[in-house]
This record gives sequence, structure tokens and C-alpha cells, in this order.
Amino acid sequence: MSTVSPPTVITEHGGASASLPRQYWSSELVDGAAWEELVARLGKGETVLLGLWAEPHRVYLAYYRPDDGELRVASLEVEHRSFPSVARVHLPALRLERSIQDLFSLRAAGTPDDRPWLDHGTWPSVHLLGMPGATTAGHSDYKFLPVEGDDLHEVPVGPIHAGIIEPGHFRFTVSGETVVRLEERLGYTHKGIQELMRAASLERASRLAGRVSGDSTVAYAWAFSRAVEMATGTEPPSRAVWLRALMAELERIANHFGDIGGVCNDVAFTMLHAYFGALRERVLACADTCFGHRLMMDQVLPGGVASDLSSSGVTVLNDLVHECRAQFGELVELYDNTASLQDRVAGTGVVKRELAMTFGCGGFVGRASGRSFDTRRTFPYAPYDQLEFIVPVREEGDVNARVWIRIREVEQSFLLIEQILARLPEGPVRTDVNQRPGLHAEGVSLVEGFRGDVLAWVRMNGDKVAACHLRDPSWFQWPLLEAAIEGNIIADFPVCNKSFNCSYSGHDL
Amino acid sequence: MRKMLLKGLLKPPFTITAPAPAPEAMRELAAKVNLAAHRRLGRSLSIREIDAGSCNGCELEIHALNNPIYDLERCGIRFVASPRHADVLLVTGSVTTNMREALIKTYDATPDPKWVVALGDCAIDGGCFAGSYACTGGVSNSIPVDLRIKGCPPNPLRILEGLLALVAVSGQ
Repeated sequence: MSTVSPPTVITEHGGASASLPRQYWSSELVDGAAWEELVARLGKGETVLLGLWAEPHRVYLAYYRPDDGELRVASLEVEHRSFPSVARVHLPALRLERSIQDLFSLRAAGTPDDRPWLDHGTWPSVHLLGMPGATTAGHSDYKFLPVEGDDLHEVPVGPIHAGIIEPGHFRFTVSGETVVRLEERLGYTHKGIQELMRAASLERASRLAGRVSGDSTVAYAWAFSRAVEMATGTEPPSRAVWLRALMAELERIANHFGDIGGVCNDVAFTMLHAYFGALRERVLACADTCFGHRLMMDQVLPGGVASDLSSSGVTVLNDLVHECRAQFGELVELYDNTASLQDRVAGTGVVKRELAMTFGCGGFVGRASGRSFDTRRTFPYAPYDQLEFIVPVREEGDVNARVWIRIREVEQSFLLIEQILARLPEGPVRTDVNQRPGLHAEGVSLVEGFRGDVLAWVRMNGDKVAACHLRDPSWFQWPLLEAAIEGNIIADFPVCNKSFNCSYSGHDL
Repeated sequence: MRKMLLKGLLKPPFTITAPAPAPEAMRELAAKVNLAAHRRLGRSLSIREIDAGSCNGCELEIHALNNPIYDLERCGIRFVASPRHADVLLVTGSVTTNMREALIKTYDATPDPKWVVALGDCAIDGGCFAGSYACTGGVSNSIPVDLRIKGCPPNPLRILEGLLALVAVSGQ
């Protein structure tokens, strides 16, 4: 679409990457031809999509090549409010692209699906994200994909569900009890976080980042803080970095306990649900004692962490690991040896390996389907580059495999917490963020939350955030849930959904 | 499994002592609950939870109320699947424009007498999402609110204290 040549115009390199053993990330402004080439390589599976987002006049594509493990960001200046569609050749980009169309009224030329996604026709129109001319399509006009055939019927579910869960709409087409197609409709919890981030102070932006998805507040705050530190060339003290990892592992085990219990509950094995609920509660109570907040919200900040861990805190957490490990073993044994439970989870909701690979699906969903990707290993960051752990991978791709990945990860997190507590460096826990007046620097980072890889991209303007995009791992997991449920009975949807445990809030932004 | 069940019988329960109803919640509610409602509800409440655009932090703590530590049901409070069965709507989130219609429809589907609890800072006044084009700034801008429980998110004990105030007032 563009006549500009040569392909690469500007290249800038990550400021704070000096301390890392290899180039962590790079950013380049490309022209239309180079963009098309990047997109084609995504389509061929030579590179993996990490994110797709926009500013009013620019679209950004984050990706990596599996052979060099460098996180790359390419951006394209948008002409005539239109950019070449990525989803046209690489479907995993589709929902991200539809969101860009909604939020910035940029057109993805050649897109296979131009229905709105986050926009339900309820926003007060016009000045979305600073851009005049955005139009909101009516919510009643939303057309679900047609399904044709004899004896099919539709079951609409949501946005308000029967349990205590986040809002989203699921449109099932079923034949008898068997699901023929599931189509998701999300966006109900869209809060306009990208707009609220614009021109926000670092303090406010950190608060917002920690509330993109409450269950992953540590992972989000860490990803955001690291992106800011990359952009400003700030080096957080090493004790702070180790404390971040400590909190991230606590967050991981708390959520995994909740999820494993939740899966058992969804197949009516409530005893394990109760025991895992008590374990989760124990972790949250310790987090409260050690860090002053049960979910550890607002504890990770650009430049370090909010509070130090006392020596009594170290004892509390060592005791926690000791106790949890003993109980966890018994519970896992019960999970594995209960035939009625296994009957419901084994072989249910299978995600094929090829799909997980194509979608670059992270977290336990990807790892349960043979995709060995863990940010802590693939894009190692401190302190994980100095810690020992394994990344469990399974091939079956069913509900049971997703539970087992969580079980193995909990065991690894116990080991990680013990290593961190034993080797926690001394020193300060916070430093000032470098502030260069008039600085327009970009930073990007990838952090492994309990659910998968959280991408944070930020552009700074002096001491304020000029623009920020946070990409939840769920973007590449939600579409696979549609595939996983196909051919299963509708009564197995809750357990399939719980085994994914995608974030609605993190996805809707 | 038998070993675990036996252990469960012999060990003391996980459950902690229930807190007293929150005094500030009692004051907020005193004027709102009338005699007819007391008679109908007695000392039990059915709650329909609605996430109207939270970050899911509040949901995690509401879930915790059902764990064996807090064991909400022993206090006569339980979560129900339909607004038709509910006495109380427990609403979280800053009420996104995309959820507003669903919230109002759920309120209309709930039989009288009914109460609305705004749970968490977002539900009270929009919290850190106030001012966004996609949020309406709290539950009371869409439906009348009877009780507010502060916090980001409020911890399970605070939620329990607030809900117990509802039971206490409605059972007086």
C-alpha cells in the first residue's frame, strides 16, 4: 500500500537491556511492504504473534522468531485511516484487529471479519481514544455466524452467568446434547483502560495496570513496571526484582489452587474444592501478612516494590511452603485416584497441538497441548535466569492435562519460593525512575503470569505515560476454547471453561 | 479418600468464628428495611452476584466467602443462580456501558422486597475507572443502592460483616 522505500526506516534498541546477556527487544518503524512481509511470515508460521495494538496514527505488531528469542516490535504509520489486515493471513490476530477498528476507527483492509468486537454500540461515540469520527455499531445488529443443518438449536448464555463469574456471552449451537459450534462474544467488561492510561502519572498508571485482571495483578504490575524501566533506562534494585518473583510465584500457586479446586467442583467433586479453597485461603492470608494485601495489589511499582519483606515474613513463607506441600501431595493423590472424577476430565475439551502452536497460545493451555513456551524460560528475565525450575509440558491437550500442568507448576513454584527465600539479596527495594525531560521512549516487556504471558508496551512522555497497551494471555486462549468444546456435550462446558480460566476483564481492557 | 474423610471428621473445622455485623452498615441499612420485609425474610438471604465490569478481584474475594474458612451458608446467606430467587443483588465493578442494560434487566427481574449491595470501590463510585468513556461511574447511577462495602477489593471478613448487617436488620 505504501510507496516508501527502503523497508526499514528507524531502529531503536531497548535502553535497559544492557544488564541482560542478549538483546532483549527491538523496535522498528516499517513501511507497507515490510509490514506485508512480516504478516506473511506470521501466516507461514516462521514467527509467532505476541501482540497487535494501535495508537491513533500507528499500528504496532509484536512478534518473535523461535530461533533467536528476541522480542520484536514493528510499527506502521497509518495512511488514510487504513492498514493492511493481519488476520487476512494470520487468524489469531483477528480479535485484536477488530478491537483496533473499534477503538481507533482504523480500518483493517482485507479483514475476513469486520464485525465490531469490544464496541457494543453503547459508548458515547465520537472522541474515542482522542480520535474524532469513530462510529459505534448497534449492539442489536451483531450477527452471530450462521449455522445450518437439521435438528440444530441455539442456546444463548450470558452475559450474566449462573455462578460468580465475569460477564461474557456464549452462543452454543447444539445437536441434541452435543455442541456443534460455540461462538464467544466478549467486551462486556471493557473499561477503556488504554484511554485512561493516556497522560497518566506513573502512580496512577501502575494502579490501572494492576487492575486489568485482578487475579494477575502482580504479573501485570511487573510487566508494566519493566516496560517503564526499559523505556527510561531504570535499573530496579536486585532485592526488589527477587521480591517481585516471590510475589509472582505466590500469585501462581494461589490461582492454581483455586483453579484445580474449581475444575473438581464443576464435575461435582466438592470435597477437593473445599480443601483447595482452604489452601488458597492460606496463601492469601500469608500474602496479607507479608505484603499487606491479600492479592498483593499495588506492591510492584516502576523502580521496585512498595514494601520490604521482614525476616519474620521469610519464616511465614517458608512455613507456608512446608505446610502446603504436605497437604498438596495428598490432594493430588485423591485427584488422580478417583475414577468418577477422572472419567469427567480425561479426554474432555481437547485442544490440538497445531492450534496451540498457530495461536501462540501460552500458559497451561499451550503447555497442556505440547507448546513448550514459558516466558521465564523463552525470554528469561531476572531473577529466573538465576533460578532452577522445569517447564512441564504434556501432549494430551484435555482438561486433565491442563490440571496436571497446574499441579506440576505448583510443585515448581514451591521450589522457586524456597530458592528465592534462601538467596534473597540484601539492599534497598526501590529506586527512582529516571526522568529525562522531553523523553519519548518506548519500552516493552513480557512477564509470565499464572495464566500465561502478559505483554506490556509503554511509550513515555517525560514522567507521564503517553500510551500503554497491555495484552492478556487470554487473547490467544479464548479462541481455542471454541475449538475445545466442539463435539463435547454442553454439560461439559463449565469444566472446559474452568480448565482454561481465561480472563474476561484482561481481554476486554 | 476414606482416609481423608476420616481425618476431616476427627480434625477441628477450618471455619473461623463469624464476625459481628458491621456497625456502619447497620446504620446505613436501618432506615431502608421496613417491617413487612423483616417478616418475609426472617434470618436468611439469597444473593445474586453480578459482575458489572470489575477487574475480577472482587469476585475472587466473594468466592472466598464460600470456602470452609468463612463458610457463608452457616450464616443463612447463600448465592443463587437466578435473580428470580434473590433477595439481594451483590454488584461489583464500575458498571461498564456494555453491562448497564444487563444490570438493569437483572434488577427488574428480581422480586420485591430486594436490596442492592455495591461491593468494592468501583461499584461505589467507579473507583480508578471513574471518568472513562466506557464506564458509568458506579452502581447507583443505574439502580438504587442500599449498602456499600468499601475496599479494593474488600477482604472476605469485611464483606461478611456487611452481609451480616443485612441479615441482622432484615431479621429484627
